[in-house]
This record gives sequence, structure tokens and C-alpha cells, in this order.
Amino acid sequence: MMAFADRSLEEQIGQWREYLRRRQAFHLSDVEELEGHLRDQLTALTDAGLAGDEAFLVAVKRMGSLDALSREFARAHSERLWKQLVIGPGSADESVAAGPTELVLVIGLAVAAALAIKVPALFGLRIDGSGQPFYFRNAALFVLPLLTVYFIWKRGSRLGTAFWLALPFAAGAVFANIFPFTTNSDTEKLIALHLPIMLWLVVGFAYVRNRWFANGGRMDFVRFSGELAIYYVLIALGGFVLIAFTVMLFASIGMKADWLIGAWLVPCGAAGAVIIGSWLVEAKQSVIENMAPVLTRLFTPLFTVLLLAFIGTMAWTGSFINMQRQVLIGFDLLLALVVGLVLYAASARDPLAAPDFFDGLQLVLVVSALVVDGVALAAIAARISEFGFTPNRVAALGENIILLVNLAWTAWLYLRFARRLGSFARLEQWQIAYLPVYAVWAAIVVIAFPPLFGYK
Amino acid sequence: MEMGKDLVAASATPLVLAILSERDSYGYAIIKRVAELSGGNLQWTDGMLYPVLHRLERQGLVAAKWSTSETGRRRKYYRITKEGRAELAAQRQQWRVVDGTLRGIWMKACTA
Repeated sequence: MMAFADRSLEEQIGQWREYLRRRQAFHLSDVEELEGHLRDQLTALTDAGLAGDEAFLVAVKRMGSLDALSREFARAHSERLWKQLVIGPGSADESVAAGPTELVLVIGLAVAAALAIKVPALFGLRIDGSGQPFYFRNAALFVLPLLTVYFIWKRGSRLGTAFWLALPFAAGAVFANIFPFTTNSDTEKLIALHLPIMLWLVVGFAYVRNRWFANGGRMDFVRFSGELAIYYVLIALGGFVLIAFTVMLFASIGMKADWLIGAWLVPCGAAGAVIIGSWLVEAKQSVIENMAPVLTRLFTPLFTVLLLAFIGTMAWTGSFINMQRQVLIGFDLLLALVVGLVLYAASARDPLAAPDFFDGLQLVLVVSALVVDGVALAAIAARISEFGFTPNRVAALGENIILLVNLAWTAWLYLRFARRLGSFARLEQWQIAYLPVYAVWAAIVVIAFPPLFGYK
Repeated sequence: MEMGKDLVAASATPLVLAILSERDSYGYAIIKRVAELSGGNLQWTDGMLYPVLHRLERQGLVAAKWSTSETGRRRKYYRITKEGRAELAAQRQQWRVVDGTLRGIWMKACTA
């Protein structure tokens, strides 16, 4: 960079640069770009006859205040916000309601969730007995409305919004409970699995408030979901330790604590942990910062190797996938996992960076997942034509196709990006635009499948 | 003339895209061009241009490349993309509607 002859001017520029660097919102290349601008401005001003320090004052003033500037940069690059919330009290659209009120509310909601799950027991529905199917069908309805309440409060949404968000929950409650299921019904299990997916989108609406279509809103929700899953697993691990000690201690005085664990500890803990976990993600973003992307980096190569080895073995031995029921669900989960890996890699990636080795790896992962799934689809098609349609097969097939479409287009966008024909932002947009599709399919399974298949 | 903040923000995208559709450029030159075109009436805080440029880059409307200028200074040059031109055309339509509507109502006010 061309330096000025004026030593003190160079010193001032250096100081200014240091101030910029200390802000989380600016990356090194931004600092360089802004410094280049400052120097152009200084050259123009000194050429016009201003002394070095005068020119510096004018140029810095024109650049704008650092606070306002870093706020704008943080907005333009919202993924940088994740690490350090630079949008402070100065901004109007992030509600900053933290402190003791929030803690009280969160604990209240967690306790409410834990108690809600015990309410049906008052009417004789025992979670460890005959009421089990009821609990499975309604699991999401005990917790997710309370989580939505938390986000409505946290984001300072209006009551009108709350009303609209309550509607899907009411609909979910109706559809989960009006159907006359036969005993051990498959469609009943499908509802238990799909209702949470459908309602998670509603939580998403509450989470992003009015930023659903704005930049980064949905991606933030994706990040939130991933981090929540990690926190939840951590809390669950702690829960297992607690349970192990409960059993051990009461066993030592000759008492069985099974009822306490089965009817209280596990259900109440599982419900309350969702609220506590969400609050932790919101409040302590910097403690376990970006675990999801770290895990993604770790496991993308491993899964790529696994899939390649699997394809290789299949081709070498000529063995065909034996499509049992669980296997099909397994392949759905595999595709979901690959989508997750792509999604979390995307959420933490600087969208402006050029394609690198890791992107190539992701492309290989996606393509090999497509190949494996193509084989699996052929197998399921054969099974359906042989044994006919069952709710499980149709649901699994639908999910498979949805994920397959996503991955196929992802592969195409990745390829374009890797060959520098398209931008990474396209891929991110595609993934984000696709999110509602999962919820819509889940809603179809919840609403249409039981009557379609005679509640079996 | 003191321009409203919202208006300045709203006009930033079409203005930057239009300037880049003339020729590839870098931040400082874009600011100068804006001042020149508006006769100094449209004053941006210089730094605020960059978040706008980065947002456009992210949306794929412009592309950027670092290169060294003839004076030996490294600069980030921006170039409008195909999508950017499409967006510019769309924005142009929208601004034309706004402009036409306001004109219509003000003409009426003059003649009444």
C-alpha cells in the first residue's frame, strides 16, 4: 500500500485501522477496503491543499462513526453476528430484553412444560401405561407452544401474531386426537413423528418474527435448531447421570425408583429441557460457539468416505439393497443427515469466500448420497409394486423424494459454484427456500394419511 | 439539501447498480460518481456504501475482485452481474412508477 510521506498521518491511519480491527463486524479484507477508501480520500484532500491532520479529520468524519458502521456491516453479514452480538441496544429491531425477567420467565415456562406433561395423568392417562399412544401423538403439543410463547415474548411480537401462531397448534391438537385409530396403528405413529416437524416451522416463525423473508432470518433459525439439538443432547447426558444415581441410591436402601423415573424424571425433564436448551442457545451463544459447524467439518469427510466405500463395495460384490422397512427409514435419515451437513456447512460459511477443498468434499458427499439413494429408491419401488402401498412406505417414499430433489438441485448448484459459474448465496437461498417443504409434507402426513389409510 | 434517511437507503441499490452498469468501479470512485451525478445533493456517509456493496455481492447482483491500481494501491473492484442487470431493470420500473405517481399529483397541485 502506498504510504504518505507525513509520518504522523501514517500513525493516525494505523490507529484508526486498529480500532476497526477490534470490532467483530469487520473482517480483515473489509478493513483493507475501508483503509483504501480512507487513503484515496486523504490523497484527494491533501492534493486540494489541506494539511495532513486536517485531511484526516475530514476523511474520518466522512467515513462515519465506527458504531454506526460496524452495525451496518454486522447487518450485511449477519453470520458474523452469531459469534458476537454486536447489534447492541443501539438498534431498534432486536429486542434486548434480558436479565432477571427473562430468567424468571424461562424457568416458569420450563416448569409449565414439565407440569403440562403431567396434566393428562390427572384424567387417568398414565404415561407408562395405557395412555402411551396419546402421549406420543401429542408430545410436541406439550412443549412447542410454550417455546413459541418464549420467542413471542423475547422478540416483542404483537398479540395479533401470537393469535396466528396459535392456530396451527390448535389444528395440530385437533388432528392428533380426532382420528379413531386402530390399536397399534401405523398412521398413529406417523402422526407422532410428523407433527413435531410441522410445528417446528411455527416455532421458526416466532423465532424470526418478521424476518422470515429478510436476509438471514431463516438461516439464523437453522443455526438455532442445530445448536439447540447439541444443547439438548448435553442436557440429556446430564439427565442420564442423574437417573443412574437415582436408581443406585434408592436401590441401596432397597427401594425401586422405576415409577419416579418413568413417570416423572424422564417426561418432565425431556419437556423442560427444550425450553432451557433454547434459552441457553439464545443467551450463551458465545460459550459453545458454533458447535454445529465444527461437527459438520469433522463428520463431512467421514461420511463421504463411508458412502464412497459403500458404493464401491456394492459395485464390487454386486449385492443389492435388501429393502426391509427399517432400512428405508434408515436411508431417509441418511439423506436428512447429508442435507443437515450441507445446511450447517452453509450456515457457518462466509458466502463470499471462493470455493475450496471442503466444498469439493461436500459435492462428493452430496453426489455419493444421491447415488446410494437412487439404488435405495429402485429397491423400494420394487417392494411397493410387489406388496402394495402401506402408510409407512408412502411416507418414507415421500420423504425420500423430497430430500432427493433437494440434494439433486444442491449438487447442481454446488457444481456451478465449484466451477465459479454461480455464487454460494444461490445455494444458501435454495436450502432456505426449501425449509417449508418439509413442514408441508409433514402436515400432509398428519392430516391426510390417517383417513386415507383407514386409521390403520 | 438534507435527504431523508429512508429515501437515501432505498435509492442506494439502484444507484450503485446503475453506476456499476456504466463501468466496473471501486468504493471511493462510486461515492465520487454519486456526488457528481446528484450535484452534491446526495451525500452518503462514505463507510455506509460498503455494507451496501457487500450485501449486493452476497445477493449475487455484483461480483468483486481485488486488483492493483496504476498508483500501486490494492483495490476491490466491483462489477455488475447478469442478475444485477435484471434487478436494475426491475428497480427502474418501480422507480418510474413512484416518479410518475408523484409527478402526476404535483402537476395537478400546480394547475389547480
